[in-house]
Amino acid sequence: MNAPREFFQLSNGTSVPWADVPAWPVDEFIAATAAALEHGGRLCAWFGVPENSGTRLVAVIAYDSENTLAVGRSAPVVKSYPSLTLRHPQAHLFEREVWEQHGLTPEGHPWLKPVRRQDGGHPAVGEFFQVQGGEVHEVSVGPVHAGVIEPGHFRFQCNGEDVLHLEIALGYQHRGVEEALAGGPHRATMSQLETVAGDTTIGHATAYATILETLAGTETPLRAQWLRAIALELERLANHTGDLGALAGDVAFLPTSAACGKIRGDFLNLTALLCGNRFGRGLIRPGGCKHDLEAARGAQLLEKLRMALAEVNQAAEWLWDSNSVRARFEFTGTVSPAQAAELGLVGLAARASGLVRDVRFDHPAGWHRFAPVPVAVWPGGDVFARARMRWLEIQRSAKFIEEQLATPAEGEIFAGLGASAGDTLAVALVEGWRGEVCHVALTDSAGKFRRYKIVDASFHNWAGLALAMRNQAISDFPICNKSFNLSYCGVDL
Amino acid sequence: MAAHQTILHRLQHGCQTMAYPAGPPPALPDRHGGTLRVEAAKCAEGCTACVPVCPTQAITRPPGKPVELDLGKCIFCAACVEACPTQAITQTNKHPMAVRRREDLLLGKPGEEELRLAAALDAKMKKLFGRSLRLRQVSAGGCNACEADVNVLGTIGWDLGRFGIQFVASPRHADGLLITGAISRNMELALKKTYDAVPAPKIVIAVGACAIAGGPFIGNPQILSGATSVVPVDLYIPGCPPHPLTILDGLLRLLGRLD
Repeated sequence: MNAPREFFQLSNGTSVPWADVPAWPVDEFIAATAAALEHGGRLCAWFGVPENSGTRLVAVIAYDSENTLAVGRSAPVVKSYPSLTLRHPQAHLFEREVWEQHGLTPEGHPWLKPVRRQDGGHPAVGEFFQVQGGEVHEVSVGPVHAGVIEPGHFRFQCNGEDVLHLEIALGYQHRGVEEALAGGPHRATMSQLETVAGDTTIGHATAYATILETLAGTETPLRAQWLRAIALELERLANHTGDLGALAGDVAFLPTSAACGKIRGDFLNLTALLCGNRFGRGLIRPGGCKHDLEAARGAQLLEKLRMALAEVNQAAEWLWDSNSVRARFEFTGTVSPAQAAELGLVGLAARASGLVRDVRFDHPAGWHRFAPVPVAVWPGGDVFARARMRWLEIQRSAKFIEEQLATPAEGEIFAGLGASAGDTLAVALVEGWRGEVCHVALTDSAGKFRRYKIVDASFHNWAGLALAMRNQAISDFPICNKSFNLSYCGVDL
Repeated sequence: MAAHQTILHRLQHGCQTMAYPAGPPPALPDRHGGTLRVEAAKCAEGCTACVPVCPTQAITRPPGKPVELDLGKCIFCAACVEACPTQAITQTNKHPMAVRRREDLLLGKPGEEELRLAAALDAKMKKLFGRSLRLRQVSAGGCNACEADVNVLGTIGWDLGRFGIQFVASPRHADGLLITGAISRNMELALKKTYDAVPAPKIVIAVGACAIAGGPFIGNPQILSGATSVVPVDLYIPGCPPHPLTILDGLLRLLGRLD
């Protein structure tokens, strides 16, 4: 086979016939992917597509500064391939996942273990990286945690109070989301995609709807795009506000903690005003939206939005003014810009380390093509930066919603959905509140899902938390963890 | 921030905790719809329009038998309400949904058009837990929405603590479990161990469609069929997720505090 020179370039929310995706022999494919990552690319998705003669590797790469995506694939691989992780750590979890799902060994991968399951029947705990030494001790936390939160396992290697290394083992929430999508869409698919990560219902539902609309060649009604963009920011407002409160709570700063807990609920109620469900379930359907925001309802939303924003600004002001809070947040859990880039961090965690990285800006699709969102960035990389990012984005999201409510798109909210094109690969990115939500679908000849890949922002970012804990006091874990607030189920799928 | 500003703010805002249950409950969002009512008697002859539109297979109508909707499997998408040509399935806008027995969530038959709300604990258990209930929460394959709306009950608006209900860090300190999630096989052992660590007598509360029957993931081999696959359940609270008001109503109903 003659090796192609370039990946196939496409933009967010578009598709390409599978036959047109360039294929390389696997060694050359790894080299080409590595080269792309060295020349401004970033790995959005990396997964296997089984064929009779082996498994093809597929890479979806984002060139953020060029507002372009690129996709390429390997020839079928049978047993192993040279690990990309050695040159590009951002591939580490992807390669573990491919190994787990398809049995392909990335030769040279420094820490090859399952992502979700051990020997097919247990969570992915297995062997942990251990630091040796007489003074070293291990702290093991989870899967069941002390609060009302999702399960996961944390293994700390400590010297006294200091954390030398943290390894995070997930998989406890594995519900078989991707497996169930094979041959779909099925009648439960929309509901399953709305609950990939329950706090990112709008993010994942928008990505899924975009995939189906792209495959069908259906133009989503403008008003539905407008509604989705508003709902996406409402989701961001609720979660960011909740996180500011949780961060305040973890440093025992109760005024902000108490206020934000309530205001978060007020933002959730704005989503419920729109569709009846506080998490946005039932709002988005492939082909459009199910509920409209009539003028009177929009006016009500605006009034309540302004009230909640005023309250959250006051609560945040106390937080920034408090020396004790700043002392705990600043220089805690720092991730440098270089580390963030190397790990391929996305979303607010990346922006808090100074990286300009935001799907709404870099790869606008849907309504963001008409209503751009400026990227908020903060350079510190510490807990303070990640907290500050949330506050900046709260301002921006509220302003965005105000602007959109003033200039509504007219027309229908739902158009019929055509049949999906067969043997086609579609890509959809959405900037969820944590960061990039990436969905990739490959259809079979009948237009059914042959492979559906979901990459939540958390899949990229958990390693960021592990790195942030290096040489930190173990007592700082709660605020470091909250400052990322990553999804367990979004990774476990 | 100076301490006097905090105090001033508190004075300005006053008490932000809702009056409920002494006063009226907060209104559900108008598009929420509340629990469902199913009158099989209204079904058109042989009509099964609602069956295939249900994403979680909560509705059945075997030939010659009346329609049956399992509210434990329901995610309240209202697709059946829209599909029904004879208004046999309708929304009630009522928030109470908690039941003590799984079969009390089956709707349709005459006399069983709506769910049969939970009775309070018996006198002995009520004496033990009625004024002080400590719960250990276990998320086992949840999506973090049920968890989030359980957490909301701890905020100043709801203030769960005023009822003596509190979430504790250790199962050893708990009187029972509050379970969310579809019970992933990967959490089966952890859930069992947590349950075993709670001293008897203990109660178990299943919150959300997933914990009751698997929710949107019903039938996936990676999950079990709800919390009852691993532990006995004393209270079922349907929803995807249940509104905080529905969860609070269930807890208070169980403790006999809504009389």
